[in-house]
Parts: sequence; C-alpha cells; structure tokens
Amino acid sequence: MAMNTQGRPTAPTAGPAGGPETAAPKTFTGNRGLDVEEKLIFETGRLEATGVDVEDPGEFQSRLGAHARKAPIGLPGLTEPETMRHYVRLSRQNYAIDLGLYPLGSCTMKHNPRLNEKLARLPGFGDVHPLQPLSTVPGAVDLIAELGRWLLELTGMASVAMSPKAGAHGEYCGMAAIKAAIAARGETRSIVLVPESAHGTNPATAAALGFKVVPVPAREAGTVDPEAVKARLSSDVAAIMLTNPNTCGLFERDVVAIADAVHEAGAYFYADGANFNAIVGKVRPGDLGVDAMHINLHKTFSTPHGGGGPGAGPVVLSEKLAPFAPVPFVRFNPDGSGEFVETRKQAGDTATPFGRITAFHGQMGMFVRALTHMMSHGADGLRQASEDAVLSANYVKARLSDVMTVAFEDRPAMHEVLFDDRFLDGTGVTTLDFAKAMIDEGYHPMTMYFPLVVHGAMLIEPTESESKASLDQFIGTLRHLAGKAKAGAVDDFKSAPRLAPRRRLDETRAARQPKLVWSDPADEGRAEAAE
Amino acid sequence: MRYLPLTDADRAEMLGAVGVGSIDDLFADVPADKRLTGLPALPLHQSEIAVERKLAALAARNVPAGSVPFFVGAGAYRHHVPATVDHLIQRSEFLTSYTPYQPEVSQGTLQVLFEFQSQVSRLTAMEVANASMYDGSTGAAEAVAMAHRITRRNKAVVSGGVHPHYRGVMRTVSRMAEDRIDTLDPDPTGTEDLLARIDGETSCVVVQSPSFYGHLIDLKPIAEKAHAVGALLIAVFTEVVSLGAVEPPGTQGADIVVGEGQSLGNPLTFGGPYVGLFATREKFIRQMPGRLCGETVDADGKRGFVLTLSTREQHIRRDKATSNICTNSGLCALAFTIHMTLLGETGLTRLARLNHANAVKLADALKAVPGVTVLNDTFFNEFTVRLPANAAEVVEKLARKGVLGGVPASRLEPKRTDLDDLLVVASTEVNTDEDRAAFVTALKEVL
Repeated sequence: MAMNTQGRPTAPTAGPAGGPETAAPKTFTGNRGLDVEEKLIFETGRLEATGVDVEDPGEFQSRLGAHARKAPIGLPGLTEPETMRHYVRLSRQNYAIDLGLYPLGSCTMKHNPRLNEKLARLPGFGDVHPLQPLSTVPGAVDLIAELGRWLLELTGMASVAMSPKAGAHGEYCGMAAIKAAIAARGETRSIVLVPESAHGTNPATAAALGFKVVPVPAREAGTVDPEAVKARLSSDVAAIMLTNPNTCGLFERDVVAIADAVHEAGAYFYADGANFNAIVGKVRPGDLGVDAMHINLHKTFSTPHGGGGPGAGPVVLSEKLAPFAPVPFVRFNPDGSGEFVETRKQAGDTATPFGRITAFHGQMGMFVRALTHMMSHGADGLRQASEDAVLSANYVKARLSDVMTVAFEDRPAMHEVLFDDRFLDGTGVTTLDFAKAMIDEGYHPMTMYFPLVVHGAMLIEPTESESKASLDQFIGTLRHLAGKAKAGAVDDFKSAPRLAPRRRLDETRAARQPKLVWSDPADEGRAEAAE
Repeated sequence: MRYLPLTDADRAEMLGAVGVGSIDDLFADVPADKRLTGLPALPLHQSEIAVERKLAALAARNVPAGSVPFFVGAGAYRHHVPATVDHLIQRSEFLTSYTPYQPEVSQGTLQVLFEFQSQVSRLTAMEVANASMYDGSTGAAEAVAMAHRITRRNKAVVSGGVHPHYRGVMRTVSRMAEDRIDTLDPDPTGTEDLLARIDGETSCVVVQSPSFYGHLIDLKPIAEKAHAVGALLIAVFTEVVSLGAVEPPGTQGADIVVGEGQSLGNPLTFGGPYVGLFATREKFIRQMPGRLCGETVDADGKRGFVLTLSTREQHIRRDKATSNICTNSGLCALAFTIHMTLLGETGLTRLARLNHANAVKLADALKAVPGVTVLNDTFFNEFTVRLPANAAEVVEKLARKGVLGGVPASRLEPKRTDLDDLLVVASTEVNTDEDRAAFVTALKEVL
C-alpha cells in the first residue's frame, strides 16, 4: 500500500495574517482576558522550590555505595499554589468532550461518566498492589472476571485475554495468538491481508510480528470485496485484519463470506474492534466468524482518553485461539468465580499461553471504569447507545448531504459518516482549512485525511452522547461553513483558526529542527559562542 | 437512561429526516440471520446508587495497601501522591480530551508533554525522551526492537537482574519477531558475569538498576564492553524515585533508558494503568517508538507545541512504522509531571533520601531476625532477604497477621525452586517505625 501522503506535517500558508477578529487590543501581559499565556516550568520554577514537605529521616548509614548521584538533576519545582495555577491554566487551552461535541471519527469521543472515576478510586481497587497475595484481592480478581463475562456475552466469543494495554497492544496480542496457533499446527504462514481502509496500527502490528502485509483494495462502494480477498488467499496467508464496521463508516456486508473464505484457506479472522460502538447488542462478532478482536475500553466503554491514554484493549478469542491467550488470564469456574492464572505452570495442560505481553495484569483502573459503564447502561442501555450512535451519524449525513459530499451515499452509515472534499472543488479551501475553520466556531475538527481511500477525508462520529439540539447546532455550523467556502471566502479559511489559543502551527519546522526538550537559552548562547 | 440525551420524539424525528421507518433499517447491511433478535443475556440498566453498591462490595473484599503495614514492591511502589495531583488530572480539559492531533486546541496537553519529556530527559541524563509508553515492560521490549533497527543485529542479552515480567515480555516479543534473545539466569545476589555474554553479534545489553533484587549496578563497564563490540546499552529501572539518589544511566553510557514511572503521581491500581518512560540519545530520535512532542511557532510567531516526527508512526508509515503504538499513557504522564513539578529537585532528593533511609532501617531490623539474611551490599528502597522457610508460605502467613510483607521471588520465577526462600522487600516514605516493628514481630511469629 502506498504511504499516506495526505495529512502530512503542514506549515501555515501565506495569507492574511489577521482580520478583524485578531485586531483585539494588544495587552501588556500578552494575555487575552481569560486566555492566559503560560510559561514552561523550566522558566518559572526554581531548583530550591518545592510543593511537597518531606520528613527528614535524620542520620543513617547509606547503602548506596559508590552509586550516589554526583551532579544536580536540573529539575525545577513549584510550590503547591503555583503548581495548581500552572496546570489549571494549561488545561484551559484544551478542547474536551466536557466542553462540546468532539466528532473525531473512529475515536468514539463519548461522555465519560464520573461515577466511573469515583469507583476506580475506591481503595479496594486503586490502592491494591498487583503482587500482593491473591488471597488479599479476591474482589479484584472477580471484577476482572465479571468484566470478562460481559465482554464475552456481548461478542459471542469463547475467551478473553485481559492484559493488553490499548487497542494496538490488543492487536498485537490477538495476532500473536494467531501466530502461535499456526505454529502449533506445525505450519508457518508469512502473509497478513489488510484492507486499504484499515487503521495504520493493523499493518504496523502485523509487521512487528514478522508478517508480510498484503493490502486488499476497497471496492467503489467502500467495502471489501470477498473476491479480492479470495484472490489473495493461499496456504501462506495467516490472517486477515478487518475492521467492521470499517473506517468508511460502513458495515462490511460480505463479512460472513470473507470469514468463510479465510477459514477455508486455513487462516484466521482478526477483527479490529475500534468501531464496536456501532453494533453492541445488535450483532455479535463471534456470530460473524471472528477469531480474535480487541475491544477499546476507552472508546466503546467510555474510559476517558486522557489526552492520549491510558487505554485498555482486552482481546476476545474464538474457541480455536483460546488456548493460546497470554498470561495472565482469568479462568472461569463452574460456580461463576474467577481463577487467576499468572504463569504457564499454573495454566496446566488445557492451555498453551504464547507468553506474556506486559508486566502485571492489565489496566485494572480502566476495567473498573468500563464495568461501571456497562452495568450502568445494562443490556438495554448498551443496545440503545449503539442505536443512538448510528442514528446520530445518519442524521448528520442526511442533513449535510446536500451541501457536503458523502463518500458512500448509497449505504446506511454506521456510527460514523465519511465525507470527501469534492464539495470544496474549485473553492481553494482544503479539508485542513475546513477543519481549522471549525475551531473558530467552537468545535474540535473531525478526523481528517483518514481513511486513505477517499480524497480529503472528513470522518465524523457524533456518538450517542449528543442531544438533538447539539447535533442541530453542529449541522448548522457545517452547513454555514460549506456555504461560506462556496461563496469564495477562501481567505477566512486559510487564516483559520484565529480565535484559538494558537493559530496554525508550523509542523514542518518542528520536524526539520526537532526540539523535544527544554534547554536553557543561556546555555545555548554559550554553546554558540564556543563554536 | 441517564447517559443518553435523545428522547423517543427526537429519535422519531431523526429517523424521519434520515428517511427510514425504523432503526433496524439502518442496520440493513448486517446479515439478517446474524442480527440479535433479543437483548444480550445481561442485567438491565441500573441507577448510580445500585452500581456503586455492587462495585463497592467487590472493592471491600480486597485489602488496600494503605490499611496495613505494606512492603510490597517488585516493579510497582506505594508512594504518597499529593492531593493536588488527583485533582488536576480530573480537570475535564485534561481527562476528556483526545490525543492532541489538533494543536491549536490542544496546547494544554502538548505543553504538559513537552514538560514531561524534559523532566524525563533530565532525570535520566539523556538527551531526548518520548511522550510515554504503556509501562516499563512494554517500553523495554520496544527498546530492544529499536536497538535491533539501529545496529542491524537481532540478538539481545538480558541481565538476570531485570524484572522477570519484563524479561517475559522481551522474550515473547523477540520470539514472535523471530529475533534472538539471551536471558541470563535470575541474579538474586547481583554477581552475574554479564560481560562474558556480550559478543560481536550482540545488538543490545539490557540491565536494570536498581535490579529486581534491589542491587545497584555499575553500568559503566557494561556500556564500555557493549560499545566496544558495536552494541547498545539499554538501562532499565522500575523505581523512578531512585533517580533522586543514584547516578543516572545517562552518565554511565546508556544508549536507551526505559523505566516505569508509576511511582510518581500514579496509584498502584492492581498493576495498571502505569506510565513507561523512554529516553535516548538525540542521534536516535528517528528510530524511537511512540509520540513525540516538539516545540515550534504558530502563524503569529508565538511559541507552541505539536506532535512531531510522525513519519516514524503507524498512521503514516503503516507496516514500516517504528512501532504499532497509538494510544499511550497521556493522563498517567500528566500525573507524573504534576507530581514531579510539585517535588522539584529539592523535593525529589529529599523523598529519595527518606525512601533509602526507611529501607536501610527495615534491612537492619529484618537481618536481626534469627535465620534471615539480607543479600544486598547496595540497594535503594528495595532489597532481597533469604528466609529460613518457603517465602510464599511466609507471605501468606504474614498476610493473615495483617502485614503485606513483600513479594516471594517464586511468584515471578515459578520454575526456579532454588529461589523459593527469597523475599523481595520494599520500603517507601509511607512506612512508619510502627509498620517496621509490626513486620518484624509478625515475621518472628511465623518463622
């Protein structure tokens, strides 16, 4: 597959620098009302300042030997009030779900209930150590088992590996189980099929496991053609990695035929569960022939994204792959209790774990949050959530299809809807410009330039968390912007955003002259003088 | 349902706008014979109070670390986290934002990541650091893969002092990638001959200090031998607070440094989520895994921050990416950075000194117990004792007496019966003289 050349690092283009919106009076501080410029701690902190009072242990005989640190570290500190103000001010420069609709397609930015946060902080969950005796943590083991049971019921699968730390780590886990299962058959297979519309993590995962990636092109209709899969299947194909619903927001109609063909060839069906939010309670991946699928608890089951993690990516496995799940895993006893299996030795004869993929037992903090979410919603609420997510995406699609161009008009969207940039043809406005203009209107942009199968992609996922009024305002905003683009207001788009904490940033410069850590300008001055 | 804003009237109106008769029309592409006809066999929705009651009952069956004298470490440590940290990370703007793909409205997260990278770089005395990994163990496996890319070799040599779970992860990842890995035997005494295992085919040497068994390791001779044969030194730590007291890996010749950052800002939470720290030399940045935040300017010339060098990453490079990682540990990194900022140099060095002092007091108290020997000449806040009994059984008996007294080595090395009498014990600033006295008393009773 060709490298992604869309959405690469950009630099601000020449255009009008200001416009009336930025003609606000210059201030002495550089601040603009509540919008406060905040320096780095390296510019405001002091080596001697601290916000933590630590007891002095008094004299004692050091056992550091010759290993005691010799030079200062160079870490500035702040007192508690300064720390509080610094990070509260920084927080105000972020967009967040709690501030507004966050239509980032394939990311499922839904409401994060605070009950989940509260329960994850109960000392019985938050303050237990992964290696304290298992006899002191039966409730923690049972919680993991209970979450596992919910996941198995919702997916129709046989077993679940709980330890993967995020979606991509779950992909690694599932594909490693597939590799182990093939090896256990006494075979080696070197190829993994990956549709062009797949998340980049899919080919990256396959490559990390030593597989060769063979792309499968998308049909005109945006879905995978089972004939194209069949044409690429052979005794050297280990698996297909298929996202369903796919990243075009479409359900792969021929999924069963694809699964059958893959199984016929002795290969496995890995499903990327990133878009599970569309189908919870509507259809079970296990009934579609899936052999392994990760579940992003931070998408479908509302654990907060936290500015880029932590996630959690438990992997459900079919009967065929279940024995290969990595340690640790939870074994279900007939009485409903969970038994924690930590080592291959404990796994006994019934399982042949492929190894271990992380220290300890997985993202317990996320497990508590996800189970809280699931129990709060219940079977009825989870299904309703998926239906509302799908309905909202189709509503956005229907209300925008006359002013924007829907990439795949003919089929119902699932929980997200894909637009391309044909509606911007001749306007001089790009997908990037359009997205940046949304920022000035108070919205986080949609996913841009992904998937790669359409030009100038804009992938919108409203989720089930939006009221109709919220959807209507969002739709109204996009209609306004589409009209404005067509009316020739290209300069307004090129200079957007103008009302955010920063205007467009020079990504090209950041990549060409990487500056990843703070350095003291005084030191830099000395270094230059010495050269 | 309290989380779903749409009303039935809204739904009806929206279905009308879409032009379908029922919601199931929108699922028309799902094969009809596969669609669920009824609800999943799970309980129906519940009120906040009902859910809280059930989960609180599960939580109540566990013994929280803070409720007992607690000496468990082995890769995760109970430290006091200032109240400010947990308040700040629950700010909506931090908690409920995504990866900062749109920098104009993500400067808060991005500046935090820049501060995080800068702090990690200084702590480790390395030139650059990334914006976090899932945890220390996965970071270690990524470091090995990175070393293979740089050296164009594929054999890692892993010290027996590295955390057994980390060794397990590296072993799994190496086997899956069909790379070679030479893991030395567990090294509870800190006396292994690692240098003899380094040869011209070695890509990297992985060493942990303080080691899993608590020993402080001199990395310099290992770095020298590794560099002499064209290999890299990967230095690992599981207790980041140690860097407030001991010589950092960067001044000892480490090429890649990976560590677990949980100790600062992050609760134990039964093993996750934690935060992996990853630092290296500037010349290797294009081979690094994970997100990187870099400084730049905006269209008005103002300083700002962006995710950068993304051409290493999966969303651009796909099967040629340096790693498959996408989501990392953003919020845990935030907690780390806030705690580190609160401490500063002064607080961190004091905290490290207090940890060390408490561990020294504990070691002195335990070695006075008949039959108990301390294996360490050097240590920071964790060390290994040999007991005159099976350590796993002792730990269970201690737990019944209300003391969580360390990790039996056999829990992590179940095949090594020669380690059955070894106990890895940690002491941090949370322990009091009373805690230590309770531990010693209970240990005497159970031995």
